[in-house]
Amino acid sequence: MNTLNSIRYYFKSFMLWELLLGLRLTGRYLFSKKITVQYPEELTPLSHRFRGLHAQRRYPNGEERCIACKLCEAVCPALAITIESEQRADGGRRTTRYDIDLFKCIFCGFCEEACPVDAIVETRVFEYHFEKRGEQIMTKEKLLAHGDRCEAQIAADRAADAAYR
Amino acid sequence: METLLTIIFILLKIIVVLMPLLIAVAYLTFAERKIIGYMQVRLGPNRVGPKGWLQPIADAMKLMFKEIVLPSRANRFLFVLAPVISFGPALAAWAVVPFGDGLLISHLDAGLLYLLALTSLGVYGVIIAGWASNSKYAFLGAMRSAAQIVAYEIAMGFALVGVLMAAGSLNLNQIVLAQQGSLLHWFWLPLLPLFVVYFISGVAETNRAPFDVAEGESEIVAGFHVEYSGMAFAVFFLAEYANMILVAALAATMFLGGWLSPFQGVPVLGELFAFVPGAIWLVIKISLMLLLFLWFRATFPRYRYDQIMRLGWKVFIPVTLVWLFVIGLGVLGQVGPWFD
Repeated sequence: MNTLNSIRYYFKSFMLWELLLGLRLTGRYLFSKKITVQYPEELTPLSHRFRGLHAQRRYPNGEERCIACKLCEAVCPALAITIESEQRADGGRRTTRYDIDLFKCIFCGFCEEACPVDAIVETRVFEYHFEKRGEQIMTKEKLLAHGDRCEAQIAADRAADAAYR
Repeated sequence: METLLTIIFILLKIIVVLMPLLIAVAYLTFAERKIIGYMQVRLGPNRVGPKGWLQPIADAMKLMFKEIVLPSRANRFLFVLAPVISFGPALAAWAVVPFGDGLLISHLDAGLLYLLALTSLGVYGVIIAGWASNSKYAFLGAMRSAAQIVAYEIAMGFALVGVLMAAGSLNLNQIVLAQQGSLLHWFWLPLLPLFVVYFISGVAETNRAPFDVAEGESEIVAGFHVEYSGMAFAVFFLAEYANMILVAALAATMFLGGWLSPFQGVPVLGELFAFVPGAIWLVIKISLMLLLFLWFRATFPRYRYDQIMRLGWKVFIPVTLVWLFVIGLGVLGQVGPWFD
């Protein structure tokens, strides 16, 4: 029995049997449907929880939402957020500086989760670049401007996720 | 005047063979990327030009405009010479490959010997490159390549001896003519083990996957050509692909009937395809062999170094020796349609 097995083993390896099996597999894949997504023209679907470039939101009356509670700064594991705040003339507490360093940011979304007023959010935008040093700092102005640009999408995404929060 | 005309005529013949060859080399790289891509369920290059057909040209342009870096402690002369040595023989060998009855550049009676000499010469390019680069990775690659070639050159030589015994000639034209008759008269059938050994040795000889330990990008970066860049690197690349085409052409010539039609001797189809020139059949056969090269690369993981040595010394050489004996008996007894 043992000799028979070893004879069969030698016969198989001389026929290159296993190699032919491998070739058959790749040969079959040669004709299978290709799964390549041709990126700039085709896009994969994005979740409404997608965590891309940050934005700050406003209330419908134009007032900025952020109240400088600094919960995001405290929760940020990468220490990417820097906040300075001051009392405004009307007695409201608002930030004077709100910087996110995108080089430090790891896009974990904790700031978004920590925010009690839904001020800081992450949007679906993931195609952006920097051309000069310092541009990686998202200042308060840039965050608010980006929020104004994407408000419709942001609101729709929040509404879609509202049931699970 | 007479000699001048002869020289011009010879040069013309060389150009007619080499120009299509170089274009084929460029497009073989494209075919490789496409086929391997398809086997990995990808699309492969499809951005440059329609369906990616200009990709090889873009690659060539890029490499031409890149700087050739000479390592400071390298042997400059040998460093520059090495790519040429590996590319030259791959082109020169085409002198004896017949594209039709008598359609070859040089009617060399010792054609097979010439081929054996030239295909072994290409390895010196690899070894010299590894030595001249003055780099440890390159040197390791060259050493591996040298050991591998020693092992596989012998098996390859024995396989060619089998062809020589069966055909009774060293002239490649004669070898093809000896296979005349039908598809079953070709040497792949009586010399099947030698055919397999020859082709696998050919894959090893050209340093292709799964025998690409000389490159071994996962352990020695790129092996013998780590230090090469720009056009010098491109020449190594061209040499590899030119060698692939050469091995495929030789396998087609010696075992698959070269320029003979596969329908020869078949009642109706034989006459139907009689008008097709032999060169077309040769090109088709070469393409099929090349497809195997690409298919292997997409399928098999790299052999371990000791496995390569075992396969070469302990499997291929005994197998070829035994089969040489079988062929000897066949020739002696004038067996079947092959050895008459």
